[in-house]
Amino acid sequence: MLLRTSKGFGRSLVLVTLALADALLCALAAVVMVLSFGLGMVFLFPATIRLVRRRTALARRIARSWSGVDIADPYRPPPPPPVPQADGWYREGRSLYRTSLVPSFNRALDWMLKDPATWRDLAWVFGQPILGAAVTAVPVIMVAGSVAGLVATGRPLETAAGVLLAVAGLFLAPHTVRLHGRWTELLLAPTEKARLTNELRRVDQARTIIVDVQAAELRRIERDLHDGAQARLVAIGMTLGAAEELVETDPQAARALIAKARDASATSLIELRRMVRGIHPPVLAERGLGDAVRALALDSPLAVTVSVDLPGRSAAPVESAAYFVVSELLTNASRHSGAASVTIDISHRGPALRITVTDDGQGGADPARGSGLRGIERRLAAFDGVLALHSPRGGPTTATVELPHAFQGHAARRAVPAGWRTKLMGVCFGLCWLPLFPQGLVPIVLKIAGVDERSWFLALYLPEPWQWPTLLGMIALGAGMLAFAVAEQSRWKASESNA
Amino acid sequence: MRVVLAEDLFLLREGLVNLLQAHGFEIVAAVESGPELSRALLEERPDVAVVDVRLPPTFTDEGLQAALAARRAVPGLPVLVLSQHVEQLYARELLADGTGGVGYLLKDRVFNAAQFVDAVRRVAGGGTAMDPDVIAKLMASNVRDEPVGRLTPRERDVLALMAEGRSNAAIAQRLYLSESAVAKHTANIFGKLGLAASDDDNRRVLAVLAYLNGSRR
Repeated sequence: MLLRTSKGFGRSLVLVTLALADALLCALAAVVMVLSFGLGMVFLFPATIRLVRRRTALARRIARSWSGVDIADPYRPPPPPPVPQADGWYREGRSLYRTSLVPSFNRALDWMLKDPATWRDLAWVFGQPILGAAVTAVPVIMVAGSVAGLVATGRPLETAAGVLLAVAGLFLAPHTVRLHGRWTELLLAPTEKARLTNELRRVDQARTIIVDVQAAELRRIERDLHDGAQARLVAIGMTLGAAEELVETDPQAARALIAKARDASATSLIELRRMVRGIHPPVLAERGLGDAVRALALDSPLAVTVSVDLPGRSAAPVESAAYFVVSELLTNASRHSGAASVTIDISHRGPALRITVTDDGQGGADPARGSGLRGIERRLAAFDGVLALHSPRGGPTTATVELPHAFQGHAARRAVPAGWRTKLMGVCFGLCWLPLFPQGLVPIVLKIAGVDERSWFLALYLPEPWQWPTLLGMIALGAGMLAFAVAEQSRWKASESNA
Repeated sequence: MRVVLAEDLFLLREGLVNLLQAHGFEIVAAVESGPELSRALLEERPDVAVVDVRLPPTFTDEGLQAALAARRAVPGLPVLVLSQHVEQLYARELLADGTGGVGYLLKDRVFNAAQFVDAVRRVAGGGTAMDPDVIAKLMASNVRDEPVGRLTPRERDVLALMAEGRSNAAIAQRLYLSESAVAKHTANIFGKLGLAASDDDNRRVLAVLAYLNGSRR
């Protein structure tokens, strides 16, 4: 408690100091704005904005670690550097430049001017010396003021009041730090639009990668077929043609040619089999991910242990991606790590598929160096999957792959309710108003008002002493039905969100 | 000899029917889907079934599942499984009950009619016919393990052929050895692997396969 308040007070102090120092930044920014847009000295603008962004980056870090407010970067990605034309000049609009200096400056300026986050940053900086300081200064002023003004007087009553005020200030400190975090979040967090734009950009990039990868894959398959099976079939056809011609005159030679054709067809079958394995492994198609990985494990030169816990089969593309990722990880383990044994664990949590591949090798795998690992990440990106690699020097290496939406379809199918509880829920929802209103509340009102109207209110047909208990019973029944239905629905919703 | 045949591709089915009939087999049913195969296996009780792994309606491993189910219902029902690809996983499942009368071959093996018919006869007689590719994979994944690693290359050749389900005479012919030399090799292999030697071809093969099968898990 004491630690928390004193830490909070210290943080308030730092925040106040920073907020007051921001006044300098404000002045600088104001001067630069006037110079840039009033006098056209725009070359000052990007540098200032970079300074402001550094300050706001610091503010975001502080908000994260001190106030527990997680604020993502709201900025658009920086523009790509300008690319020279074939003659080495840089073209921008209708102008040509000898060096990239002006075009890249223009791009940076454009990027900053058009990003709303720039202006929100500036608004935050201008608000800091006033609002930011005001928020965080409260406990500081309370403590410092009371100590200086009241405790120093030495009179007992005022001293007591001063101490109380100081303590109150200390208790307030952590809350003001949190409040400052909220204020920071208000302006420095990405707007919903910025967030969606960034998300869309990420998805767009992933899509481009997928299309590229697929196109490359198709080209590879086409080349393999063209150079392999197709060429072999042509050769077989020619051999058989030659055999046909020779069959009358030289049966011996014809037989030799036919045998040769058979051998060629066997070879092309082997080739096709290898290709099919590379496109979509047969076991994967026949048995799904679990058995396909088991088959992979059996064929691996390492001692591989596989444990599988899956609710069923996921969509074929996801399965295929997961399979090739495991295959690649296993290849890496046997090729680079010097491992003797590997453990593969395939499990699911809700709709997410999680694969862990652990080897007892020497570790030190670095995703930045291995193109295989980058390939894995590319494959996973298509399904919002992620790869986490933990590979300290000396091992062991653990690669964890998570595909968050692998069993989306299953979850949706499982959410369809079944069983008597759900049916009862429907009945309760449908009929609870009947005992509650026409058989409960309405006749009570009539009875109290003394209206002599019985209509179809069952309770009013009963002898007098039974009427009130029946009415209350009706209301209890209706309320009970409603309560059950609501409880059942929330239980169902909870299980659905868990699934 | 009565045969049930399951193959979904018409050309291949007709080809197999002709091939087997030409070699004196009687085709009692030639079916093209998993459910039909299950029914035919249980109703006809053939002397041997030749089954494609992938069959309609799901085009997954219908044929294999039907064959395994039938063997559970009728232990030792001889089944020769054909596939476009061979997997250790499936071989292990077929061999798991240890009763013999199983075969697992690549479809390419029908190119060599004599060998294929020989394999069908062997399976029908309660023996085994394992594709050299499967055996190669089984051997490869065992090669690091101690006892298999201690075999000489020649002994490994003999072991591979033995695992395919071939008799000593056939092995001798394939490796251009005398039968007594093969017998000596097999005795050495059994000694090194710590298996009980046996004269019965089928039990011998099953012991080898069980050994290859079990040593990894």
